[in-house]
Amino acid sequence: MTDTSWTSDVAQTPEPGVRDYYELLKPRVMSLVILTAAVGLFVAPVPVHPIIAFATILCIAVGAGASGALNMWWDADIDAEMGRTKNRPIPAGKVTGQDALALGLSLSVLSVAMLAVFGNLFSAGLLAFTIFFYAVIYSMWLKRATPQNIVIGGAAGAFPPMIGWAVATGGVSIESVLMFALIFMWTPPHFWALAIFRNEDYERVGVPMLPVVKGDRVTRNNILVYTVLLAPVALALAFTQIGGPIYFAVAVLFNARFLWGAWAIWRRDEATSTADKHKTELRVFLQSIGYLFAHFLALALEGALRMAGWQMDAWPIWF
Amino acid sequence: MALGQNHEIHERRKGRNYVVLGLLIAFAVLIFAVTMVKMGNGHMMEGFDHTFRASALPVTEATE
Repeated sequence: MTDTSWTSDVAQTPEPGVRDYYELLKPRVMSLVILTAAVGLFVAPVPVHPIIAFATILCIAVGAGASGALNMWWDADIDAEMGRTKNRPIPAGKVTGQDALALGLSLSVLSVAMLAVFGNLFSAGLLAFTIFFYAVIYSMWLKRATPQNIVIGGAAGAFPPMIGWAVATGGVSIESVLMFALIFMWTPPHFWALAIFRNEDYERVGVPMLPVVKGDRVTRNNILVYTVLLAPVALALAFTQIGGPIYFAVAVLFNARFLWGAWAIWRRDEATSTADKHKTELRVFLQSIGYLFAHFLALALEGALRMAGWQMDAWPIWF
Repeated sequence: MALGQNHEIHERRKGRNYVVLGLLIAFAVLIFAVTMVKMGNGHMMEGFDHTFRASALPVTEATE
């Protein structure tokens, strides 16, 4: 190999920086995973040592990042065609697909193995299933196959609090199932509020998002239906061992606001929405992010009050 | 065109290597900290060699 050919190889091979690898892990998704997993672990009735808690949440976050890298590796072809994703590390030419695959697979194995050591086998099994669900069931299969992709794929994002709970308790209970259900039911209206006006990209690359396949009206109907179904799930958590009056107040407030927003979206049509540049849809999308944060922070606050011994004995626990 | 000693690619690799070093050290510290906590938390870690273990003796009825 001549010096000239070596230098031309170097020039053609991307030389990724640390930031490019970090971007592969979808840091914004990771922040939500860290919050929900930490709350799931913190509110569980079995106390966990802070160092074990830190180590296990780190494993869950790394596992989520690994599945993000695998998703980017698989979707690199369509990411390059969409405005929102064309600057991701692979389509931007900063990282090769092979590198992303290697990073995703190695971090998956590492995170699951370390969670088994730091936490327990059950939580590690749940993390492994979550990575498999997001990378294989959602990314490789459902995303390009059905307009219900977001509904079923949303389960992957709903597992972290359940894993956090499993780290502490070693199992599953009604509280962790309801935390799972809260994120599961929240994902479709949250995502569709955005997808309803950003569907040209999905249409062009052939991803069958609900607004693309079923149209604007059906998507608006679905947003309202899922928001209505979400409210009882969110309120039910108030009447479990991890709920309480503060969580209840937060849930009533934020569900009323989310329902109002979904109702406003339902009353509009495509023409009205386009005329004011999708103002309502964008507002509801942003509010829905606050919705999830508020619920989990309220659960954490209830947990902190319980630890401090401040709890209302008369508060009903129905589940 | 040959790459000089201070080419931007070398700088990037250097930065990346330092981050990998930092992550490896942090990982070792984490393993150490978790081990200390698990040992200190009373996980079953009785020595089996050359150690008298009261828990291994047969249970005897208390006599009055």
